Amino acid sequence: MSHWIIAPIVLPALMAPFIVLFLRHDVGLQRVFSLAATLAVGAIALGLTAAAAGGAMEVYELGNWPAPFGIVLVLDRLSALMVLLTAVLAIGVLLHVIGTGWDRRGRHFHALFQFQLMGLFGAMLTGDLFNLFVFFEVLLIASYGLMIHGGGTYRLRAGVQYVVFNLAGSTLFLFALGTLYGVTGTLNMADMALRVGELPAGDTALLRVGAVLLLMVFAVKAALVPVQFWLPGTYANAPAPVAALFAIMTKVGAYAILRVYTLIFTPDLAATGSLAGDWLMPAAIVTVIVGMVGILGARELARLVSFSAIGSMGTLLVAIALFTPEGTAAALYYMIHSTFAAAALFLIVDLVDARRGATGGRLVDAQPMAQGGLVAAFFFAAAIAMAGLPPLSGFLGKLLVLDAARGAAQVWTVWAVILATSLLAVVGFARAGSTLFWKPHALPAEEPAPQAAPATTLPFVATGGVLAIMALMTVFAGPLTGYLQATAAQLHTPANYIDVVIDPEAVADAGGGAHGAEDHDGAEPETGDHHEGE
Amino acid sequence: MELLVASAIGVMTAAGIYLMLRLRTFPVVVGLALLSNAVNVFLIATGRLAVNQPPVLRDHAASGTYTDPLPQALVLTAIVIAFGMTALVVILALGAFLSSETDRIDTTDTDSAAREEGQS
Repeated sequence: MSHWIIAPIVLPALMAPFIVLFLRHDVGLQRVFSLAATLAVGAIALGLTAAAAGGAMEVYELGNWPAPFGIVLVLDRLSALMVLLTAVLAIGVLLHVIGTGWDRRGRHFHALFQFQLMGLFGAMLTGDLFNLFVFFEVLLIASYGLMIHGGGTYRLRAGVQYVVFNLAGSTLFLFALGTLYGVTGTLNMADMALRVGELPAGDTALLRVGAVLLLMVFAVKAALVPVQFWLPGTYANAPAPVAALFAIMTKVGAYAILRVYTLIFTPDLAATGSLAGDWLMPAAIVTVIVGMVGILGARELARLVSFSAIGSMGTLLVAIALFTPEGTAAALYYMIHSTFAAAALFLIVDLVDARRGATGGRLVDAQPMAQGGLVAAFFFAAAIAMAGLPPLSGFLGKLLVLDAARGAAQVWTVWAVILATSLLAVVGFARAGSTLFWKPHALPAEEPAPQAAPATTLPFVATGGVLAIMALMTVFAGPLTGYLQATAAQLHTPANYIDVVIDPEAVADAGGGAHGAEDHDGAEPETGDHHEGE
Repeated sequence: MELLVASAIGVMTAAGIYLMLRLRTFPVVVGLALLSNAVNVFLIATGRLAVNQPPVLRDHAASGTYTDPLPQALVLTAIVIAFGMTALVVILALGAFLSSETDRIDTTDTDSAAREEGQS
């Protein structure tokens, strides 16, 4: 049992209070330590991904309690991939924040950033549903702080909205967990996967209620229609680099859907059947449409990018809703791509905002901005990626999704919607780009634009780096899809996951039955008093 | 007992949702508090209602009468989180009210445009 699995959680968890307690007056030192910790987590994530790439899963039992009783962390290909994706994104965002000085506009940015990373990594590694709830709360609490970083009336009001929405979501999460615990008597994902198959027929109605409630909770995180309302207001009003980091938060919802509905409520399970896919597919299709139409309707850049993030979540969830190995592999490729595409766009929003003075990101005529050529080139590349035009990874991602949908019943709807909305996205981005970058040059120059260009190169390095990753994803699409297909295959054989997590002896000792009074006829659970006893 | 707990959860949830839909910060905060109380009682009930029984497995497993201890641990976590979050949302709502002089939760497009002007 390697202790490295817990390192991505422990390292930010220690770094954040360290920054608050000892470095709170020195932004320079905060930057050094925060960046060093994030880079270290990135290195650990690389190591974990290399360890998981072979296909072996590793289980970390917290406090050495065996699986159904204690909390476990599980490292498989998917969780390793998610941790690596988050770490890479965090490094890019952090460089941008340091370069633009966003961390000076409020207090405790770096501490909140580290707590945010801790929650994200925890949610991706845990193998326990209640622990997933706790890590969701950790990442949400940190995100509340980051969302209102820098203050301002409208950011605060949008923050209240965001917090209230997510508190309601958390309550729903608890209702779902309570229902599932009441039916199955466990919260360990692998153990629950075993028990849902053995439920008496009378209890399956309650199980279906729990499954759908849980799907709704994850849909709130993933900004799926009809619970996407929180996203545009939040992302458009949050500091743009924070919104870039939030690009991974919607993916955590998608990750949780993938994990729970390929492990516990699989399409093979008689009690739920294709329930999840049946609900998810239409919602995802409508999400694609809403997102892409929103791009056309947006009147400011941050809102436009927010809607494109919703649209890309829709495309991603269409692929997930297929619940086939091909669909999952396509979804994973598109997930990596859309994370970086949305993050790059939000970083560009910040570059634009900083260069247009009072006009900010509004899509109206204004004087040309400083360094407009480079920003325009970045916007062009990121917009191409997000809309799904060749040569960047968005094209390959959408191609994989379309290809995976070929066998599905709704193939023509999926193809028509994705292709038509891609056109909408192209139109929307082209209109925004020409308003921002071309029209200013056609206007009569009133006076020499006085904006002093923010003189640092670091934000350009960060944005360029994120774009370069998408170029690399295109060049190395072969090896990458190979890894993703292996990941999907691993996900769709949940028996392996269950075998690794659950030790059959421990379960047998506990009587193996549902919880409650009925089943414990004399068989005393031996595992409860473990080691420490006498 | 079952009727009392079930109707308490139902009434608190209904009242909480109604208040949350009021779109003013104070009713929404009260609604959230009610909703989290409802879910806490619900979590307790998921361990089955065993009144006046010890929450220990070891010596009482044979007789088959004990309270499931796990939901109590879950509820403790949920209470702590809900309490902290309620405090946070109160402070946040107060900050938003003091700086914007309105306690409405919803924002509109004109707000968003005004935001840009406010920043300049």
